[in-house]
Amino acid sequence: MEQQREAGTLGMWVFLVTEIMFFGGMFLAYTLYRSMFPAAFASASNHLDITLGAVNTGVLILSSFTMAMAVYFTQIGKRRPQILCLVLTLILGLTFLGIKAVEYHDKYTDRLIPGHLIPSAPFGPAVNEHGKPPDHHKLTLLTGATLPQVEMFYWIYFAMTGMHALHMIIGAGLLTFLLIYSIKGRFDPEYHSPVEVIGLYWHFVDIVWIFLFPLLYLLGRHLEHG
Amino acid sequence: MSEHIVPVRIYVTIFLALLVGTTLTVMAAFYDFPWQFNTIIALTIASVKATLVVLYFMHVRYSSRLVWVIVAAALFWMAILFALTLSDYQTREWLSSGY
Repeated sequence: MEQQREAGTLGMWVFLVTEIMFFGGMFLAYTLYRSMFPAAFASASNHLDITLGAVNTGVLILSSFTMAMAVYFTQIGKRRPQILCLVLTLILGLTFLGIKAVEYHDKYTDRLIPGHLIPSAPFGPAVNEHGKPPDHHKLTLLTGATLPQVEMFYWIYFAMTGMHALHMIIGAGLLTFLLIYSIKGRFDPEYHSPVEVIGLYWHFVDIVWIFLFPLLYLLGRHLEHG
Repeated sequence: MSEHIVPVRIYVTIFLALLVGTTLTVMAAFYDFPWQFNTIIALTIASVKATLVVLYFMHVRYSSRLVWVIVAAALFWMAILFALTLSDYQTREWLSSGY
């Protein structure tokens, strides 16, 4: 059993390595375009909702904690707290996706969905003019930033957060599976590899967000009033 | 059963540390540091948070050498990806003929 569990964990780690490379490519694209268009990236980032982003970071960290606790309670064979932790993790994961959906909708109403992804609302945000009081639905362009460069930020923003959200949706599906099986009483201290392995996946998705949050939401805040 | 069970106390500590890290990174983002220090500080805090998750929530600290090697390999290949691509982009301007 020990060897089987070890093999399962190892297999999941190898899969996570491929996931790291997958997200790594997008982080690389982000790095290159940000170094080319620093002012536009700062301007576009400042338009994101920092409160929703920070709350979502907290939600995801809490869900990672409850996931770790679910693994813990499985290891010591306490089924009721184990089920409770899995339910909490699932609810927190769905909360994250809900907040993300609100953010996406805000971007839609501000015409920030890049290209013609939404044919009826192509990219075309309103821009705040100098000397007039800023409207937070409009974009404030820092010196040197142009709208096509801002659009590039939003391509990357939607690609990265979209892929991350897809991973969250898959994770929520996996958690549902875990929940059904643990209600059926399939896991005990001797056999619980699925809980451990899906836990690893869930923490990985959390780590991706830990990097996405500062890189997407926080990069230009110090330039906002300067 | 030779599996290592991480005590709850450690999970709670890591969870609190992650929340503190998030608060710090938001606070630091509004302060205007010289040069590229805003980015460096943000990435340092994120890396510390990620390391805590990997070591404790993902149990790597208590895992076999083989798991360590796999995690290290992932980081190493990421470093190659970034180093080779960035060395290309950073040196293009050295050519007088343009690219």
